[in-house]
Amino acid sequence: MAKTANTASAKANGEEKEQKHTISILVENKFGAFNRIAGLFAAKGYNIDSLTVGPTEEGDISRMTVVTRGDDQIIEQITKQLNKLIDTIKVVDLTFESFVERELVLIKVQSTTESRSEIMQIAEIFRAKVVDISSKTLTLEATGSEQKVDAIIAMLKPFGVKELARTGRVALKREFQGDV
Amino acid sequence: MPHSKVHNANHNHFGKSMTGSEIFVRCLIEEGVEVVFGYPGGAIIGVYDALVDLSDINHVLVRHEQGATHAAEGYAKATGKPGVVLVTSGPGATNTVTGIADAYMDSVPIVVFSGQVPLKLIGNDAFQEADIVGITRPITKHNYLVKDVRDLARIIKEAFYIATTGRPGPVLVDLPKDVMAQKTIFEYPKSVHLRSYNPVVEGHMKQVKKAADLINGAKRPVLYVGGGVINSNASAELAALAEKLQCPVTTTLHGLGSFSENNPLSMGMLGMHGTWYSNVAVSYCDVLIAVGARFDDRVTGKVEAFAAEAKKIHIDIDPSAISKNVMVDVPIVGDVKKVLKKLIDLVQPADTSDWLKTIDQWKKEHPLRYKVGNALRAQYVIHKLGEITKGNAVVVTDVGQHQMWTAQFFNWVHARSHITSGGLGTMGFSLPAAMGAAFGRKDLPVISISGDGGFQMNVQEMATIVEHKLPMKIFLINNGFLGMVRQWQELFWRRRYSHVELYNPDFVKLAEAYGARASKVTEPGQVEGAIRSAMEYNEGPVFVEFAVAKEDNVYPMIPAGQTVNEMLDTPEPVAVTAEGDVAVEEMMILTKG
Repeated sequence: MAKTANTASAKANGEEKEQKHTISILVENKFGAFNRIAGLFAAKGYNIDSLTVGPTEEGDISRMTVVTRGDDQIIEQITKQLNKLIDTIKVVDLTFESFVERELVLIKVQSTTESRSEIMQIAEIFRAKVVDISSKTLTLEATGSEQKVDAIIAMLKPFGVKELARTGRVALKREFQGDV
Repeated sequence: MPHSKVHNANHNHFGKSMTGSEIFVRCLIEEGVEVVFGYPGGAIIGVYDALVDLSDINHVLVRHEQGATHAAEGYAKATGKPGVVLVTSGPGATNTVTGIADAYMDSVPIVVFSGQVPLKLIGNDAFQEADIVGITRPITKHNYLVKDVRDLARIIKEAFYIATTGRPGPVLVDLPKDVMAQKTIFEYPKSVHLRSYNPVVEGHMKQVKKAADLINGAKRPVLYVGGGVINSNASAELAALAEKLQCPVTTTLHGLGSFSENNPLSMGMLGMHGTWYSNVAVSYCDVLIAVGARFDDRVTGKVEAFAAEAKKIHIDIDPSAISKNVMVDVPIVGDVKKVLKKLIDLVQPADTSDWLKTIDQWKKEHPLRYKVGNALRAQYVIHKLGEITKGNAVVVTDVGQHQMWTAQFFNWVHARSHITSGGLGTMGFSLPAAMGAAFGRKDLPVISISGDGGFQMNVQEMATIVEHKLPMKIFLINNGFLGMVRQWQELFWRRRYSHVELYNPDFVKLAEAYGARASKVTEPGQVEGAIRSAMEYNEGPVFVEFAVAKEDNVYPMIPAGQTVNEMLDTPEPVAVTAEGDVAVEEMMILTKG
């Protein structure tokens, strides 16, 4: 009688693939709204790869962008549970749409007189900016997709990355939804 | 005082400047609140002062804040109206947590108002400070900290609206002491507008049609119904659908009473301690119609095997309840009553007579049973209680064996006649919840049934009950054990009893010390007389202790996480005597429907 389709925990059978999802949430900009959403992910044991929050064009609404992983059923539960929160105005799983995503990273990399120009060449290729400099370090600012950010970090690693700060992904739906 | 009169009298206060505390009381009157369960303290003292001049609201001084939240739950479940709690900050607020969690699990509309230290002291570890908004965030439908007295009336209006609409649930409003002392002009909003909260009630017609198509092709349908039918007041629609389809009905623990067990289509309760035939019928059905139920693990057992042969339809007002535990074929999000009305018109009765015959045969072969004999048995007490009251009572149970025996052996015929702690399984629930029900329902006798463990967890409310001369029947099923844990240890832990036997006080003396009329029953022959005499006494509470068999088990039982194939039916009444003779003991049987 084993019917895996019956169960919410088919993931246990390893039959369903975990997929990365970018979920955009509009919430009332109220005391505790951020906690409610972060707390929901913790209480239900959902993964968070990144979570960003900031104001929108309307002062009383915040946008949160969550990157999470799970099979279809878990993602469905996540969006339902997010919608269930009273302060949630809108939940969109951008994964099913065409969307623009960006992440910003600040990288403090070790540099010497010899390596400085090489680092700056790499920065140029990634259109990164030098935002701070000292005799022993260079701090770069780069924006782009998660993959681009991963790539510049990988390129800089051999020089010695001292410190790193990533914002996590922000995203908006593209207006033109056809094939580009 | 009739609600309309209160309302008219009150309009004079609109537009006047008053303190937050006065506004609070005015808001409760506007909401038609009749009774508040509460306990005063330092941070809420201003609100208690405002209560002195406003006697429209009946404030019940409980003896522990946990009792207040359970009383509010009992009131809400018995009446369908929201229960209201008022407590102070810190320990007053944290003592409400168990009741709030219970209300959240069981979808009970209660609104809890907690005092809080003044705004400027929040976060300073002030005396009796607790972050109750943070603590209750995951166990409330929503909660608020009032930071400005000008928001107070709107927040109270929203709190009641959120608690009672959609899938009902608890809402907490935290009231800092200084905010409640500030003054503002009182205006009570007429309506609530929340752009982020608009429950879907209507049910999508396309989905309803899909459901009707599935049902019309069914040869072996089963209706599996839960507490949503009661919350939605949809018993009449459920009965109409079941009758039109000639479809057998099984209820969850919280669904008991939504469909009369006197109806031949009733199969009683399903799940871990459900009837043998309801569980077997669910596993053989071809279409399962889940109505206001949430596929809880105590119902499904192993989810992969639950109704594995069936196409499944799920009607629920909470979208997140759908496909959470079990994937369904046709989900319908909406109010149960509205969806059932649409569905009734679209279904064509199919011939289910063969299916009903099969179920009748199962009912004959595997009824609910218990041993008769010289020992007093809890099942017998409940069975008699059902017969004597004919189901015309509000029965409030605690948690454990007596809870399951009551679910099995009482005669459930009315919605809102069964109140229990199902989801959270809170021992100590029955006595205060029954007290709350007794404040709300004067038309039916209110009966609290507890075990000797749970009774002692909120026994302090005996004082409140006696003080208010509530004509409650308080029945204690005393087996000297934490019986359900003992049963699990017996069946699944090689009878290694670990801390399940209770040293108990003299319960009759205890009840008498509180001022209740009390008696003790030790033999089957005394049961009927004791119940009748308790039912006839209406001057105040009656306490009856039933000293029942120490070791007895609840059957049938599907062990946790297993399937109907592993179901343990009541053991055959065969006993081997010391001399090696085989004796067949007499069994009492009960069949639902």
